Amino acid sequence: MTGDALLTVDRLRIDLAFGGTRYPAVKDVSFTIGAGETLGLVGESGCGKSITALALIGLLRRPLGIGGGRILFKGREIQNLPEAEMRKLRGNRISMIFQEPMTALNPLSPIGRQIAEMFVLHQGATWHEAERRAVDALASVRVPAPDRRVKDYPHQLSGGMRQRVMIAIALACDPDLLLADEPTTALDVTVQAEILELIRERSAAQGTAVLMISHDLGLIANMCARVGVMYAGRLVEQRAAEEVFRSPSHPYTSGLVASLPLLGARARDGQHRLKEIPGVVPAVTAFPAGCRFNPRCQARTEICVEVDPEETPLPHGGLVRCHHHG
Amino acid sequence: MLPFVVKRLLQTAPILLAVALLIFVLFSVIPGTFASSMSDDGHSVLDTQVMERMNHELGLDDPVQVRFAKYVGQLARLDLGTSFRSRQPVATVLAERMWPTLKLAFTAMVFAILLGVPLGFLAALKPGSLLDTASMVLAISGLSLPQFWLGLLLMYLFALSLGWLPSFGYGDGGFRNLVLPSVALGVAPMALLARTTRAAVLEIMNADFVRTARSKGMSEGRVVRWHLTRNALVIVLTTIGLQFGSVIGQAVVVEKLFSWPGLGSLLVDSVSLRDIPVVQGCILFIVLFFLLINMLVDVLCAVIDPRIKYS
Amino acid sequence: MKVRTNLLIGGTLFALVVAAGVLAPWLAHTDPIMDANLMNAELPPDHEFWFGTDGQGRDIYSRVLHGARISLTVGIVSQLINSVIGVCLGLSAGYWGGWWDDVVNGLTNLMLAVPSLVFALAIMAILSPGLTSLLIALGLTNWSYTCRLSRASTLSLKSLGYVQAAKMLGYGDVRIMATQILPNILGPIIVIGTLGMGGAVLAEASLSFLGLGIRPPSPSWGSMLSDARDQITTAPWISIFPGLAIFTTVLGLNLLGDGLRDILDPQSRARRA
Repeated sequence: MTGDALLTVDRLRIDLAFGGTRYPAVKDVSFTIGAGETLGLVGESGCGKSITALALIGLLRRPLGIGGGRILFKGREIQNLPEAEMRKLRGNRISMIFQEPMTALNPLSPIGRQIAEMFVLHQGATWHEAERRAVDALASVRVPAPDRRVKDYPHQLSGGMRQRVMIAIALACDPDLLLADEPTTALDVTVQAEILELIRERSAAQGTAVLMISHDLGLIANMCARVGVMYAGRLVEQRAAEEVFRSPSHPYTSGLVASLPLLGARARDGQHRLKEIPGVVPAVTAFPAGCRFNPRCQARTEICVEVDPEETPLPHGGLVRCHHHG
Repeated sequence: MLPFVVKRLLQTAPILLAVALLIFVLFSVIPGTFASSMSDDGHSVLDTQVMERMNHELGLDDPVQVRFAKYVGQLARLDLGTSFRSRQPVATVLAERMWPTLKLAFTAMVFAILLGVPLGFLAALKPGSLLDTASMVLAISGLSLPQFWLGLLLMYLFALSLGWLPSFGYGDGGFRNLVLPSVALGVAPMALLARTTRAAVLEIMNADFVRTARSKGMSEGRVVRWHLTRNALVIVLTTIGLQFGSVIGQAVVVEKLFSWPGLGSLLVDSVSLRDIPVVQGCILFIVLFFLLINMLVDVLCAVIDPRIKYS
Repeated sequence: MKVRTNLLIGGTLFALVVAAGVLAPWLAHTDPIMDANLMNAELPPDHEFWFGTDGQGRDIYSRVLHGARISLTVGIVSQLINSVIGVCLGLSAGYWGGWWDDVVNGLTNLMLAVPSLVFALAIMAILSPGLTSLLIALGLTNWSYTCRLSRASTLSLKSLGYVQAAKMLGYGDVRIMATQILPNILGPIIVIGTLGMGGAVLAEASLSFLGLGIRPPSPSWGSMLSDARDQITTAPWISIFPGLAIFTTVLGLNLLGDGLRDILDPQSRARRA
């Protein structure tokens, strides 16, 4: 599997340097994404999913830094690439969409120019040519009247329109991998579906693999064939999306699934009471010993407090990190 | 752009009128009203000499509103009255003294901008570095220095001890005479600009759109050139505009120290001699100048930042 | 890290100046005004006259100590007047809105359009020179920033739940402003006040230097410098020590203000410097 994977993340560790100590904000995270595949990464805020994405694109900034492990992109180790080499990949082969469409674009620059930058940076286009291609890029994300819209400034666009512009920028150079960090969280519910559909459609058309990051398990299940669940800087479970729903293995995943509001059958059966997971995600500086989920876990036994569980294969495929998986 | 300029002009006019009213209240109403009520009291805070003179020269017997109407009418005709001391029209006196002050203020600001902005910029690019610490220590010291004392020290060192530059006076109005007063006047705005620029650049460096720019695979140099500079410029320009106000205020002291024949020393002398019409004229001119500079800055900012025109 | 350094150095410098002012009668070697002795004129610093003597033979060390009293009085009192005016206008304008808000806004814009030193000069033109006039002139001309800030903070607090709750409980407007809003905007106001105090010390020195503030023979640092200008070649120490005293005081207040800002007004770093 590793052989033809587009991206292989192997025991990635991200450290937070704080007061002279390095805390593992993300530890031993391993997963792969095949070419054209869509992997979902789900978890509560602060679980390390966003910084994992930033690590993949080489944009971690102090006090965060890669503390160990390997990132292989098309078989090449990129976690230690010199900045100049990394810049050739960034935006070009691996690109990223961020959560905040309101602030992610430069307010003083026309959107056409901000798209055109991609062609100038990575394809050696002249500004004139790049601006012309920006119109096509804008059309490809279905922005109406793209030839006039390119001259608009971000404040003249709605949140959904800005996120379309972000997608146009991210996909401008036909990247192999798109990292989408909560791309619809800040948008109206009605716009969310359109943006997700757009990401799905464009990535399929261009053969781009997607790492979709969200706190919303429902959204992830909808978009992705495979799902990874993160908790407190660890990947606790990764499996096919439908499996996760049908028979969640890790107690945290079970909690997430149980807390989802459901429409249809189960709701009508009267099982509509939502369950919450008691407790909160611990701070990076105060991760517990043993399994990081143990203070909130209802299946906790002595071993959970003492021993950090290893990743174990599940009988029908997938991996789980729990002493009592079942 | 033209509607924006017109809008800004219309916003400026009431302020100017308000300043005229303020001056009128300060120099006509207060002395006129309190002249009779308080002058029997030997401990009056108001200067009796001023009030007598005002009574005598300006005819303070008319009702207040009549006097204000007359005053505004005169202002509209650019008639600022006659100097008590020289008996010349105030407008003529101002016209003479205006250029040395403008020259001084602009040179000081150019000095402040050329030094302060790059310093703050470089400091922000390497926060926590030696350069950053050194320039911020320099900046807070510059803000705490009394400008006339700095001027005095500069005069002592470069004029009297080393003999490189003239110690005071306007001379032929050339560059050599301009150096010391401009530096004395420019250090405080330089320090403030360095601090503002640094804060602005640091803030923008952490902005989401700069992260977006980096995620595009842009080098730091291009991030600065393509995305950071224009955003920082808006903040820096606004600060420059506001700093013109304190520069022209501080020019009063620096001009006096260097015997610079500008509006500042005219204002100080007129205050000392209670030459009220000239004091009024000086203040009106200074406010007008300050408002015009800031209007210009706002228009420049609107050219750079498309959001300004719409808000 | 940086925060504590600012506070520590600023606090120490300011405490030194306050101590010098308070203890001046005991620390000073001679009377700052009366002990003129032309036999001792323009003596350089030595073991008897630590900072040297001025043109009239007075001990500069003693005069600088007493000068701290004038500077601190003017700085503290005039800034207090400014803060009270600014808070009262800003709070009430933000809270009541309407025509009163327009009036206050107009006044603030007017104040911002006239450089404060020029404004103070204008007021000094109709008042007799002296301490009271100086306090009036400086106390009335530098409240615009406090006012703007109070107004903006009040506007954002007004809609919050607890202020609305106090209203429903039937609290009076003034009581709500004083007990519910004021405590929450005090931090930034203290910061502006500290920095403004430094500005007032500088302004007093400038006006006295111009002969329009504290008049000689009172030992104001500014008027001491005014005398010193003509003697700078023969007796530079007359210029150096009063200037250093002003610099120390203002630097202390500025550092203190910066340090307090980081503690009391953490959002300000997101705003402009």
